[in-house]
Amino acid sequence: MDDAEAARVAADPRYHELVRRRGLFTWTLTAVMLIAYLSFILLIAFDKALLARPIGAGVTSVGIVAGFAVIMLAIVLTAIYVRRAARDFDPLVEAVRAEHDA
Amino acid sequence: MRRPGLAAAIVATLLPAPVGADALAGQSVQQPTNWTAILMFAAFALLTLGITRWAAQRTRTVGDFYTAGGGITGFQNGLAIAGDFMSAASFLGISAQIFADGYDGLIYSIGFLVGWPIILFLMAERLRNLGRYTFADVASFRFAQAPVRSFAAVSTLTVVLFYLIAQMVGAGQLIKLLFGLRYEYAVVIVGVLMTLYVLFGGMTATTWVQIVKAVLLLGSATFMALVVLWQFGFSFEALFARAVAVKSGLAAAAGADPAEAAARGRSIMGPGNFIKDPVSAVSFGLALMFGTAGLPHILMRFFTVPDARAARKSVLWATGWIGYFYLLTFIIGFGAIVLVATAPRYLDPAGGLLGGGNMAAIHLAHAVGGDLFLGFISAVAFATILAVVAGLTLSGASAVSHDLYATVLRRGAADPAAELRVSRRTVLVLAVVAILLGIIFEKQNVAFMVSLAFAVAASGNFPVLLLSLFWKGCTTRGVVAGGTLGLVLAVVLTVLSPAVWEKILDYPAAIFPYSSPAIFSMPAAFLTIWLVSLLDRSGRAAVDRGGYPAQQVRAETGIGAARSSSH
Repeated sequence: MDDAEAARVAADPRYHELVRRRGLFTWTLTAVMLIAYLSFILLIAFDKALLARPIGAGVTSVGIVAGFAVIMLAIVLTAIYVRRAARDFDPLVEAVRAEHDA
Repeated sequence: MRRPGLAAAIVATLLPAPVGADALAGQSVQQPTNWTAILMFAAFALLTLGITRWAAQRTRTVGDFYTAGGGITGFQNGLAIAGDFMSAASFLGISAQIFADGYDGLIYSIGFLVGWPIILFLMAERLRNLGRYTFADVASFRFAQAPVRSFAAVSTLTVVLFYLIAQMVGAGQLIKLLFGLRYEYAVVIVGVLMTLYVLFGGMTATTWVQIVKAVLLLGSATFMALVVLWQFGFSFEALFARAVAVKSGLAAAAGADPAEAAARGRSIMGPGNFIKDPVSAVSFGLALMFGTAGLPHILMRFFTVPDARAARKSVLWATGWIGYFYLLTFIIGFGAIVLVATAPRYLDPAGGLLGGGNMAAIHLAHAVGGDLFLGFISAVAFATILAVVAGLTLSGASAVSHDLYATVLRRGAADPAAELRVSRRTVLVLAVVAILLGIIFEKQNVAFMVSLAFAVAASGNFPVLLLSLFWKGCTTRGVVAGGTLGLVLAVVLTVLSPAVWEKILDYPAAIFPYSSPAIFSMPAAFLTIWLVSLLDRSGRAAVDRGGYPAQQVRAETGIGAARSSSH
């Protein structure tokens, strides 16, 4: 692809929409994952007692629930991205490709 | 040089630093020859060699060799990624750490998992759209080829070599322990099998070895976890409560007063002394998370699928399988506390585990499935290492043949047959080097090596990839300067850290007091790339910046990317 071709695609409003919407979505998800994980690490660093506290009457602790919540969050966020990408972004990509990718 | 008595420490050899010494106090004792395990492993070896024979017939071009012709599906690639990523350390090491300290083992699992969403959001699809064979294709897309490729090749080889040595030493110790074979035999067997897979079957064979291994490992871990949970009516609370009671009982038997014993029992439900200071905690967390997104053998897997959509799906499958696997290791670790820690047949007279601390999952396999299942699990553990080293070797070979030989030396005009020849020769060289270093490092504590590989990937490859993908102003000089600084800083600070300075070199106090360099080396790399690029007024810099729109269009849409044909 030469620069002129790239410039034509870059000028396509659908391409703009794709880059803007997907960018916003991916950086939001990235921030959610980063904040969740760093909070978990900071809790381990600064408040071990909170994580060790049992939930209710049993022995299962806050930390175990929090840890598995982070694992589930990682899987759920990837699933959310894959769903949304197939539903919203793929059609935009296909439209841009159909127009410009001979 | 001191010889730390950690020969049996598979955790110490395969996991990043802090786990090492604490989790494993075991000595390496060669066990009686285990024929069940050897026969089962022989069956695995035959199966995988059969796969290699089949794969060899479909491996003709350079593209077949590096990326299986791009004909792997998203689901298959997801399993292969999981197979590439779940090392023997994850299985034996993390379950052993949970067996010893409970909760702390979970911290590792989480660190290893959270890099995957980041790979998906920021990289997977863009990698597939921009690259063909190596991550350097992407990192050097709009830059001067020779300097950026040279950096990427050096950094890939650094990661691959340290990772390989750790795996080889781990394999030797593991096989000595499980099969009752000599250390050197084990290292040579791993080296030879891996060479056969990669040399003849290329990426196709490597991928299927990883898939078979992933299925075997996930299947047997599922079986163990189900048997454990079944004994507690599938109640986690009941399993945890029993484990706490067992730990309290053991503490009381060791002479602790009742209050102290109860506290020690409960301690397995929360974080212990795994990470001491906040700086190390965050630094270590960063290295695990972003290191995953910079490991060359993992990034390479995204070129084996036909398009960006399949790349996306492979991450979802991989994340799901890897997350599920860590849940299983958690149950297995607690199961071992309950079923192994109190059974005299698995303990030595001093109360430690027979064969060393990392044997927790292995003994549990015997407790839930008898001799036959023990043999099976031992064979699976061996297979696990083979799948990981095959992926590493292929990645190292492609860095030499595709990046250094074809692009830097031949300036992109290499004859494909010659490139393939160089790649295969590099596989042989890497195998010999890995076997020799594996034998040389037998008695060394190589715990720092995997942690170093992650730190290098997080501090060198990750910043280079991220900024070249997302920042228009990034230039050749910036990338090379920042990437090299991150790489060098990660290596130097690791050498100055306690894991090497005190434990290997035997000097008194470590100059760099933290357990991971990433919190310093990663921002230093980002900052340097930014600053050098900003000040770069060279003619090349104008070309680099001018190339961004075309790169972005291709990264976002895949226009211009080679559509790989499936076989």
